Amino acid sequence: MLSFIGRRLLQAMFVLLIISFVSFMIQDKMGDPVRQMVGLSVTLEQREALQQELGLNDPMLIQYGRFLGRAIQGDLGTSYYYKEPTIDVIASRLPATLELSFAALVLVVLLAIPLGVFAAIHPKNILSRAVLLFSTLGLSVPIFIVAVFLMYFFAIEWGLLPSFGRGETTSVFGLWQSGLFNRDGLQHLLLPSLSLAFVLTPIFIRLIRAEMMDVLQSDYIRYAWAKGISAPRIYFIHALKNTMLPVITVGGIQLGTLVAYTILTESIFQWPGMGLLFMDAVTRVDVPLISTYLIFVGVIFVVTNTLVDVVYSLVNPRVRIPGYS
Amino acid sequence: MTTETLQAPVPRTPLQEFWHYFKGNKGAVTGLVFILIVCFMALFADIVAPHSPSDQARDALLLPPAWMDGGNWAYFLGTDDVGRDILSRIIHGARLSLSVGLVAVTASLMIGILMGLVAGYCKGVVDTIIMRVVDIMLAMPSLLLAIAIVAILGPSIVNAALAISIVSLPHYVRLTRAATMAEMSRDYVTSSRVIGASPLRLMFVCILPNCVAPLIVQATLGFSTAILDMAALGFLGLGAQPPTPEWGSMLADALQFVQRAWWVVTFPGLMILLTVLAFNLMGDGLRDALDPKLKQ
Repeated sequence: MLSFIGRRLLQAMFVLLIISFVSFMIQDKMGDPVRQMVGLSVTLEQREALQQELGLNDPMLIQYGRFLGRAIQGDLGTSYYYKEPTIDVIASRLPATLELSFAALVLVVLLAIPLGVFAAIHPKNILSRAVLLFSTLGLSVPIFIVAVFLMYFFAIEWGLLPSFGRGETTSVFGLWQSGLFNRDGLQHLLLPSLSLAFVLTPIFIRLIRAEMMDVLQSDYIRYAWAKGISAPRIYFIHALKNTMLPVITVGGIQLGTLVAYTILTESIFQWPGMGLLFMDAVTRVDVPLISTYLIFVGVIFVVTNTLVDVVYSLVNPRVRIPGYS
Repeated sequence: MTTETLQAPVPRTPLQEFWHYFKGNKGAVTGLVFILIVCFMALFADIVAPHSPSDQARDALLLPPAWMDGGNWAYFLGTDDVGRDILSRIIHGARLSLSVGLVAVTASLMIGILMGLVAGYCKGVVDTIIMRVVDIMLAMPSLLLAIAIVAILGPSIVNAALAISIVSLPHYVRLTRAATMAEMSRDYVTSSRVIGASPLRLMFVCILPNCVAPLIVQATLGFSTAILDMAALGFLGLGAQPPTPEWGSMLADALQFVQRAWWVVTFPGLMILLTVLAFNLMGDGLRDALDPKLKQ
């Protein structure tokens, strides 16, 4: 077990190292710090002196080493636009994105598990067919179309919900601006999280349905029936447990997709999160911010993937053996 | 007593067999027909489209579709905010979407097959290096990686296609590698090797044809991902630049008119949805017909 975790951690470190190198390359390729600092008004000699002073003439690997050293201390550069450390800028936008993703995940769980289980238990039922049809459709529809139409009907046509922004927020312990504790914030949250959930739910419905149908064929379920255990208990306790195994893995991978889709959702609903910040940074060519965002998301993604793998190995010990599949 | 000659049933050729299974899947056939129509539209866009995609009819701004009040049959699906015919733009957009899909899928398929074959054939250090690279690429969400690549290279349609082909590479590498490793242990590969077939011959002539089925399926599904990602990039303004008629950017440009003119947003969106759906349905059908093991 320990060696498995150790192997996974080593791999995660390696991936993080590569991600940091790529972001370093982005900063190196796209930005000219000297021009950022002094503009075009100084002589060539002064520029070269400054370059020497900043260590820009050193070999790339040494520069990368310095970059890495600063990165570990939490210094990933200063945003050109906000004139603040990029890590602070991103951290200030983090709560909005996390709340959005969390709400979407809750919706996905609430929708996908009952629908997937139902479709597996009654495969011939007209409702299950409708669920399956919906999931095929849902896999093909781009998130921005869902978002635009949700916005059009709920916000513009019927005027039920607000169409952009995050609404009122309350400060929790002074470090977390949360929109979860008042009506206005929750109303603003509904449409963006619904569109995010709409795109992810179909995958999980299909997965849960397929796995559940497999599990229901197995001997231990037949034994449970023979034993006279009640149907809800068999479906929701005995069968669902084993169904969720692969769902954990796919869930971990889909978390990354969720982050990517927050970029689109946030740009459409003008949700003040990291995704919108990133898109703004791209249009402003705010290079340090772009590369910090990429590192940040990379870290989140690698950490969750590693956690998922470790959790998975706890519930399913077979994967711990190297080469077993 | 009459003697009837009993005819042994002629065995189906692989193609016939494939078609027999494929045509049983109604969704897949519908998808295929729709894709053929879109391909036809794309190929003959200049002839099929009633107007030029960039022609601006100054007297017909935001005209509704023909069947509605105030519609004009010359502009079947209506016009956008500068009076361009939406139908023509969609038809020309099909050309763009399909060619981007084709370029992206072909490029990543070729590189992916090459890397996968080498990894599966050589094993050892080469395999480890290639798979680590693939793992790292999979460590970032694909759409985010594509956005990052385009952000670095600058927004254009070529860079978008490049980004899409890079991010879809890992799937092909993994598939080919897995299939190659499975085939490597087969007797026919061993015997070819004993006869003295060169590694290249073993890879491309013996092993590759037997890995094709899952790759075809993945490539079809890759097409739908490519079109989706392309539309998403276009929507974010990182793909095709105006006035190029691209479905995603058409939708993004029209967003501000959604209240007054639902058709400028709806038709490009519908087109993306239907095309992606068609590819997904066909991919499912292909998988069931080519690779019954994977049937869900």
